Amino acid sequence: MVFENLKHRPVRTLLSIFAIGVEVTLILTLVGVSRGVLSDMASRSRGTGADILVRAPESAGFSMSYTMPDKLVGFIRAKPHVALATGTYVKSIDSFNSITGIHLDEFNAMSGGLKVNKGRLFQGPDDLVVDEIFAKQHHNLQPGDPIDFGHNWRISGIVEQGKLSRTFADIGRMQELYSGNGLVSAIYIKLDNPANTEAVKAALQGDLPTYKVDSIEEFVSLFSTNSVPYIEAFTKVVIGIAVLIGFLVVCLSMYTAVLERTREIGILKALGASPGYIVGILLRETVMLALVGTAVGIRITYGTRSLLGVFAVSFPQEIVPDWYPRVAAIALAGAIVGALYPGLRAARQDAIEALAYD
Amino acid sequence: MTNVVAQNLTKTYRVGEIEVHALRGVDLKIDAGEFVAIVGPSGSGKSTLFNILGGLTPPTSGTVLIDGRDLIQMSEADRTLLRKTTVGFVFQKYNLLPTLTGGDNIEIARHIAGKNGHERDPQFEETLKLLGIGSRLHHKPRALSGGEQQRIAIARALVNHPALLLADEPTGNLDTENSTAVLSVLQGLNKRLGQTILMITHNPEAAAYADRIVTMRDGRIV
Repeated sequence: MVFENLKHRPVRTLLSIFAIGVEVTLILTLVGVSRGVLSDMASRSRGTGADILVRAPESAGFSMSYTMPDKLVGFIRAKPHVALATGTYVKSIDSFNSITGIHLDEFNAMSGGLKVNKGRLFQGPDDLVVDEIFAKQHHNLQPGDPIDFGHNWRISGIVEQGKLSRTFADIGRMQELYSGNGLVSAIYIKLDNPANTEAVKAALQGDLPTYKVDSIEEFVSLFSTNSVPYIEAFTKVVIGIAVLIGFLVVCLSMYTAVLERTREIGILKALGASPGYIVGILLRETVMLALVGTAVGIRITYGTRSLLGVFAVSFPQEIVPDWYPRVAAIALAGAIVGALYPGLRAARQDAIEALAYD
Repeated sequence: MTNVVAQNLTKTYRVGEIEVHALRGVDLKIDAGEFVAIVGPSGSGKSTLFNILGGLTPPTSGTVLIDGRDLIQMSEADRTLLRKTTVGFVFQKYNLLPTLTGGDNIEIARHIAGKNGHERDPQFEETLKLLGIGSRLHHKPRALSGGEQQRIAIARALVNHPALLLADEPTGNLDTENSTAVLSVLQGLNKRLGQTILMITHNPEAAAYADRIVTMRDGRIV
């Protein structure tokens, strides 16, 4: 009966499924993008080739906002087992973008080298090197293009993504432009043997007790939604909105179904159906809508990933199967709560009035 | 053995400030296996009596026993149980569930009664044979004629072997040929299977199929 009822009004059923699907997609896309962006940042940090990272004492989370004297680079270089050490200077340009100033030779030596896809690495002071994602995101930038990115830069080359940042400039020019002479935001350290990481880290922490000294793996572990409070809060708000959408859609859908089926409810009552039996029919329909809607929503998530891959390349979306049970439970809960009022209304309907309904 | 006993049965509705006395002291006895027709003009109280005997609405006062069970003492849940187990309804507009096939309309009545929807008993097989709808059970109501729909409604009403079959203008929407067929079926169910039937009708020709005709006027049996 449940299946037949849903088939009887295919447009309403499909709209309800689609709306629940959107609810599910909204949640999965948000979670997937949060994880994708953080995972991309973690991957780029690993791409430096460094084993240890030193940041300024005030640094919190994975922030690079604070600076420290660049003479520390030389101090660190002199330490046992340190093969390479290089400082970077990071300047945030807007909420999502920053430029990383690097010593090109040192950075290339540590990371294995920026791989140039087009153009060349920076030579002039105002040359900016961007990765392929950044270039695509900014109207397909080409070498030679000017760009006003906190300063009037000129794109000198486009490199393969995956190494530390999406935009690179000469560290000296960055320090000069942003009043950072003699300062660095982070010091990346490559060891003679990664097995020495813990020992060198401990020694450095002893020498620089107030500084943030992390192995790269410790640092990338900070790129999780749990360590970014606003992402968790934002996710909860979006889940709340999504549940509200599911609740309203199912409530409206079931309410109209109950109105439309007034006479049928009267028939069921005449046959001896209890209020629980009638509510049960509506709830089973709701559960079916929610489950199919969840499956549709999961499928749509693959579509949103493809769309983001075209229109918002710097927001990579991960597929998050561990969230499927959670999102199904959320969709079910919203839908069941939405079906309760129409269900109770149906259960309370007077049989004689319902049978007289045309 | 007496199947239905109503004594001094009254029903008063309140419509706004106005009290409507739909039944004003009805006394009625229907023996088990009897086929009774209730006739009377509109507003005579026939439908109210139908609704009370079917447990669709409680009486205001009096006594009404169906199969030994007193309706006046019944809660809403008790009346639901009565409809499930003791009475079966046949309506003028057939009232089949439009999304289900004829067969499923019958099965759902069994399901509501807590029985396995696919188990049929020999007595019900006999009823189906009498109704002659075996080949139409896989069709949805919109694909059935009025007569076929009403015969399926009768099968649905009888699937749980009710003590009392209540039929409200069962031929009201049918042409003469189908009316005759349905009334013959009701008569056959009564004569061959001993089904107790109370039928409400405006139509004297339909009433003539019953063993006894009871006339109502102004909320009383006359």
